[in-house]
Amino acid sequence: MVLMDAPQSKSRDLDKLLLRSGNLVGPGFFPGTDLRDDIREYVRVLVVGAGGLGCELLKDLALSGFRNLDVIDMDRIEVTNLNRQFLFRLEDVGKPKAEVAAKRVMERVSGVEIVPHFSRIEDKELDFYNDFNIIALGLDSIEARRYINGVACGFLEYDEDDTPRSETIKPMVDGGTEGFKGHARVIVPGVTPCFECTIWLFPPQVKFPLCTLAETPRNAAHCIEYAHLIKWHEVHGGKSFDPDEPEHMKWVYDEAIKRAELFGIPGVTYSLTQGVVKNIIPAIASTNAIISAACALETLKIVSGCSKTLANYLTYNGGEGLHTKVTEFERDKECLVCGPGILIELDTSITLQKFIDMLEEHPKLLLSKASVKHGKDSLYMQAPPVLEEMHRPNLSKPLYDLMGRVEKDTVHVFGTALKNEEKQSSLTKLRVVFKEVDGVADMDTAILRVNSKRKTPL
Amino acid sequence: MQSYCFYFIQVKSSTCINSETQKVGSETKGRFQNYTERVLLNQQPRERKLRSRERQRFDPNCFDPNSRRRRGVIMIGLFKVKEKQKEEAKNNNARGASAKKQSAGELRLHKDITELNMPKSCSISFPNGKNDLMNFEVTIKPDDGYYLGGKFVFTFQVSPVYPHEAPKVKCKTKVYHPNIDLEGNVCLNILREDWKPVLNINTVIYGLFHLFTEPNHEDPLNHDAAAVLRDNPKQFEANVKRAMYGGFVGQTSFPRCI
Repeated sequence: MVLMDAPQSKSRDLDKLLLRSGNLVGPGFFPGTDLRDDIREYVRVLVVGAGGLGCELLKDLALSGFRNLDVIDMDRIEVTNLNRQFLFRLEDVGKPKAEVAAKRVMERVSGVEIVPHFSRIEDKELDFYNDFNIIALGLDSIEARRYINGVACGFLEYDEDDTPRSETIKPMVDGGTEGFKGHARVIVPGVTPCFECTIWLFPPQVKFPLCTLAETPRNAAHCIEYAHLIKWHEVHGGKSFDPDEPEHMKWVYDEAIKRAELFGIPGVTYSLTQGVVKNIIPAIASTNAIISAACALETLKIVSGCSKTLANYLTYNGGEGLHTKVTEFERDKECLVCGPGILIELDTSITLQKFIDMLEEHPKLLLSKASVKHGKDSLYMQAPPVLEEMHRPNLSKPLYDLMGRVEKDTVHVFGTALKNEEKQSSLTKLRVVFKEVDGVADMDTAILRVNSKRKTPL
Repeated sequence: MQSYCFYFIQVKSSTCINSETQKVGSETKGRFQNYTERVLLNQQPRERKLRSRERQRFDPNCFDPNSRRRRGVIMIGLFKVKEKQKEEAKNNNARGASAKKQSAGELRLHKDITELNMPKSCSISFPNGKNDLMNFEVTIKPDDGYYLGGKFVFTFQVSPVYPHEAPKVKCKTKVYHPNIDLEGNVCLNILREDWKPVLNINTVIYGLFHLFTEPNHEDPLNHDAAAVLRDNPKQFEANVKRAMYGGFVGQTSFPRCI
């Protein structure tokens, strides 16, 4: 039995990766204790979600040498979480997940500092997300992932040649699990496909026709959905259904039982009711552990360059045997969220009307009847007439003012484009950059740069 | 290729994550088989792994973003991170980043709305103004069929994951219709099981319009109305007219909508 010095043994495995070179390392990889200490001191990682994946991720990252972690989660601990979210105990039920998780990991790993945030991800300022070097996702819905993806890709800036500026890239590592299956992927805006580029891969959600629910139910799920969607509104009118309220769930369960008895359908249980109404699939601790381990390893690789990174989508299936596969997805160059768009440089005095006219003559756009949208605000809409009227006052205002007087920003335009002599509906992303010009400028001095292909309809 | 007495699944991956696995009968074994078994079964998985790792020599092309074999290393320059943090601490830099949050679902919704090509007798309104396009109302006036002359209002609620989820549509006007129940739920296939992201608001409006010009007694939400339509169309026509003018059909009263 070899006796090792206490300080050395703690990072023994990490040292094997960080203190010596290898044949798979990155170009900027300089092995040494400086690298290990820099990771400890400077790198900030955000873990989104403190549930099944989040707990495992926090543990893995803390033990991998990261010292500055943040965790954000809006939920409280429930009893059903305890089989896999191992940082929580029975007496913690009801407390915020983020705070308890942070406390437990800090107790076990010396030196790590975890800042918990008990809030929704939408409630945080964009600057909050910008402070981190890597964002690790342990989320449970498409909506949340789409939101974070939009935020991270929003930081991405391109230079004139449409190459992403490396200091604005914010890598994300996303993991997800469902029963025995799971995935882990690396999203580097501008390099790998973002979440939006591959969102078309999701299969459509299972929705039963309303008439089947109302007239001809055939299985237990139909009975449950009938009680949930149809009977609830009949009896409870305006009250909205809250799946987290046990009384509401009990009511739906009772109604579903009645319905099932009426039609002679077996199989309605309380847990099935919860599963159908809340879309829950029973979760397994081992799947979470595997996926979050992959994610934590990728985070370490991205930060240190100690090995080739995952390229770029790992799927795991442990249902019958064990199967993993890594697929390399390609970016969608015309992605609305992470794509470069077309660069347009303008004077600050140009009005919205002139901008719209300009788009019609732009050689690569040839966009007639353009509608313009900036972030959440729609600046102008050509149709329908009721909206066109509401937006008409904007036409005479300078685009610079309408966009909030920022030096550069993303704008989306849609209209009819002439492509190969055929009129086609088109939705394009534009990077608008304002030049600082004194005095009055006219349209002719604005420079339009021609860079990327036109967007084809979704 | 050696043959083994058990079922062998090998998955080659293009990165250093070695995902070779083997299935022994009904058991699953990972990469770490014990020595005895390896010897007994006369295989050398370790050796094979070595060879595959040797094959993955350091490839300078992997850092070239334009190279086809783009299996590069992605890393953030730590010294850049340090520099930036030190600078920001010195200058208290406020980032002029885009404060507007993008939403791809809203973009697609905006596009769909500007491209609306509704039947002449339909109209759209935005009760929450131009800044909330996710909730709006569509008024449909059928120009043919049993419901000619009536005016029916539908509320649309579009979710943030549009177009991957269908908009939620309910009928605000109480109507006597085989496919619309008295609570306002609408049985239209493209709103539930047949929704595809390639469909849009326009197709939904056309679908709703079609419900009035050609009501369908085969998928009923209101089975009384469906039964009458199927068995006694003349009675159905009379019931519809009475309901639209604000009368009673059976025990139910309907508000006037004509």
